[in-house]
Amino acid sequence: MPAVQETIDQVRSIDVDQYKYGFETEVEMEKAPKGLSEDVIRFISARKAEPEWMLQWRLDAYKRWLTMKEPTWARVSYDKIDYNDIYYYAAPKKNPAPKSLDEVDPEILKTYEKLGIPLREQEILAGVEPQSRVAVDAVFDSVSVATTFKEELKKAGVIFMPISEAIREYPDLVRQYLGSVVPVTDNFFATLNSAVFTDGSFVYVPPGVRCPMELSTYFRINEKNTGQFERTLIIADKGSYVSYLEGCTAPKRDENQLHAAVVELIALDDAEIKYSTVQNWYPGDAEGRGGIYNFVTKRGDCRGRNSVITWTQVETGSAITWKYPSCILRGDNSRGEFYSIAVSNGMQQVDSGTKMIHLGKNTTSRIISKGIAAGKSDNTYRGLVSAHRKATGARNFTNCDSLLIGNQCGAHTVPYIESKNASAVFEHEATTSKISEDQMFYCQQRGLSEEEATALIVNGFVKDVLQQLPMEFAVEAQKLISISLEGSVG
Amino acid sequence: MADVTLMKTPAETALAQAFESAKTTLPGNAESRAQAFEQFNLRGLPHRRVEEFKYTDLRALLREIAPFAGVPTADETKVALQGSKAFSNVAALQVPFVNGHFVREAVDFHNLPEGIELVPLREALADGHEWLAHLSPVPWASDNPVYQLNTSFMADGVMIRVAGSVETPVHLRFVTAAASAVATATRVLVVVEEGSSFTLIESHESTDGANHQPNDVVEMLVGDRTNVQHVRQNAEGDRTLALSTLALKIGSEAVFNSINVVTGAATSRHQVYAILNGENTNLRVNGATMLKGTQHGDSTLVVEHNALHCESRELFKTVVDDEATGVFQGKIIVPHHAQKTDGRMMSAALLLGENAAMNNKPELEIFADDVQCAHGATCGQLDEDLLFYLMARGLPKKEAESLLVQAFLGEAIEFVENESAREALVGTVESWLKART
Repeated sequence: MPAVQETIDQVRSIDVDQYKYGFETEVEMEKAPKGLSEDVIRFISARKAEPEWMLQWRLDAYKRWLTMKEPTWARVSYDKIDYNDIYYYAAPKKNPAPKSLDEVDPEILKTYEKLGIPLREQEILAGVEPQSRVAVDAVFDSVSVATTFKEELKKAGVIFMPISEAIREYPDLVRQYLGSVVPVTDNFFATLNSAVFTDGSFVYVPPGVRCPMELSTYFRINEKNTGQFERTLIIADKGSYVSYLEGCTAPKRDENQLHAAVVELIALDDAEIKYSTVQNWYPGDAEGRGGIYNFVTKRGDCRGRNSVITWTQVETGSAITWKYPSCILRGDNSRGEFYSIAVSNGMQQVDSGTKMIHLGKNTTSRIISKGIAAGKSDNTYRGLVSAHRKATGARNFTNCDSLLIGNQCGAHTVPYIESKNASAVFEHEATTSKISEDQMFYCQQRGLSEEEATALIVNGFVKDVLQQLPMEFAVEAQKLISISLEGSVG
Repeated sequence: MADVTLMKTPAETALAQAFESAKTTLPGNAESRAQAFEQFNLRGLPHRRVEEFKYTDLRALLREIAPFAGVPTADETKVALQGSKAFSNVAALQVPFVNGHFVREAVDFHNLPEGIELVPLREALADGHEWLAHLSPVPWASDNPVYQLNTSFMADGVMIRVAGSVETPVHLRFVTAAASAVATATRVLVVVEEGSSFTLIESHESTDGANHQPNDVVEMLVGDRTNVQHVRQNAEGDRTLALSTLALKIGSEAVFNSINVVTGAATSRHQVYAILNGENTNLRVNGATMLKGTQHGDSTLVVEHNALHCESRELFKTVVDDEATGVFQGKIIVPHHAQKTDGRMMSAALLLGENAAMNNKPELEIFADDVQCAHGATCGQLDEDLLFYLMARGLPKKEAESLLVQAFLGEAIEFVENESAREALVGTVESWLKART
């Protein structure tokens, strides 16, 4: 079935030439010398006033990286990246480490205003329900320019700060967990990140604490010829809960810019982490000039019993996306969830999916992925579900649908389902027709058509997660959710 | 890291030596063989870093290469064929192969069923028969190292041309019965002319206790408005490593049904490469695999819809007992001009043994926007509720299990039109279940 008109219009409204965040901010920047070398790494480490062990960690990663090769297995193609033609560090010259918002360059504040990111706590408070407050860490190129609600969060015991600060203030915590989910040697881009990461967020939620507000980081690439290498580390201690959101945009440019981030999540016993992303990096123009290369390693470790990690992503940006937010279900009864909507337009290439690695007993996972390809784009879902020998009672349900608009684009599904335990039950479905027959029956009995009932059920629970996205880009996400399932090709 | 040049393994070196010494005696165009071998040799035996062989690492599995089998003596042939039991209840034109060599005497060339022409491949290769131009029809197959090895070493086989409606099935009976381990490479080419219909049965048997290494390829060129029923059974010996390829090129408005039933071999890999070149064609590829002990069974499938309005159905059922490993890799490709495609691929696995493993990889590659493609994969144990229900009605546990497994596999087998062939396959399932301890 071809796509319905409504869907076509909605996808059109977020086509590459409609990119709203493509403006540039004129700020004087301090940059590291161009290229990658030990000296540049020392420069970054010195700018961040890092302890010696951190520098050593970076240098070890760099040595390792030099021996590695760029991965080629993903279904994406791009010209070879010259890693020595990139600035690895760029920070606003005027007061790179502002103590309060008043010290931040007004140009930068204007930028965030334009993007609709609230950086002033009082503004957020005015006329808004306290429950919907969001603490923001704003990362501008290589540095964090502002972090809101830090004090209030501290009262609850929650640590929320740029990772460069955390390395200085909570070195033991950082050292204990950094690289414990995504090892330094994990893959080409993660190793590169380990060597040169500049900023990102650090979150620690102490035992039994329910984080009083949503946490979020807003990443903005601004400077030319730079790469952004952020590193995020979130630790939810026993019985705690945190919801974290990230957003990202970049100016329109004809060059490709590299974004190679690493995100590590650790959930201890009974803890829950919700991680949501609205990825809206500049996708390049209709001819495929420019755009961000988004090569990201995101992984969560359900280390404790009964822990839960949920990934939600709305992917609309980037020239190339290479991203597989994963869950290692180590603790018994732990749960991993992945909800994704990836829309590709123009010449975009998306190769994204997830890995659910069942190690513990009675672990469960759920994957819901919707890929929508339009224009001349390619949209690939690549996912792994595996049960190891000891993962007795593991359960997975996967549903991935894709939709094509026009016959210039491609939609691909590459699922790997590996079971080494007889009691593991895995179901992989690429059609929407097999959603709980009871629910379908119930809806249809009340007069809904099959299509309406399916849409209602699928949208129902995806919406549930996406509605928690903050700020104005939630609107965008909502638009995508309402996309009809009609014409789904599996 | 696929581009790292690895040292040749002893098996690869042995293959190169075997080719060097065999190439002068093998029939036909030496150049095309040399070309195929060179292509193979460039990459060597595929290993787990080669995506298509991720779950069946031939570099690790093929440590030693058995010597290629010579032509069997009349006595050996007689003994081998007497021991062959597959589809013995099916009335068919028998086309037997012993140790990879076509048994000419078994076929009465003057009394072939009407519509069937049969040419021994050895002669055809030597004479440069015109049908040889049809070999290697599918790109997916010719890039495949297993297929390349077969092209390099193919010593014998037959070419069959079908014209008209042929009632009598053709039974290709492959028997490997050498006392010590041998390798074989057989090739069968079937050309089904426009408007024809026929049934092709294949059985593959080998003696237990020897590490035989058969590698057979069946290529079919299927014309417009044809109806072909294909039934294949792998009942290889317990230490055999069996590689096989079915390459199909199908025209328009054709119906093609195929099933492969596997119980044999220590390691088996059956590859199906199909390309649908004409409109309104209907393809079904099914598999029913039963594995026990430490068996490893791989079903690999690529179906390319290359025309409008085609329908394909792939249903693979795998039952894995003990410590065996099942593999299913399927891929449906729909290029942008193949609008209105309807493709459905399903792989279901039952893990009976606690240490059984199953790897599923159902892929879709779609470039057309007005198509319906779906895939599904499930993996799990027998449904406890169903077992309970049957046991509550007085069935012993084992019987209840058998009944459920039969029903599970039956779904893949039931479409087989030839009644006696279907009965034989059901019988295979039953005896496999009976032998379970």
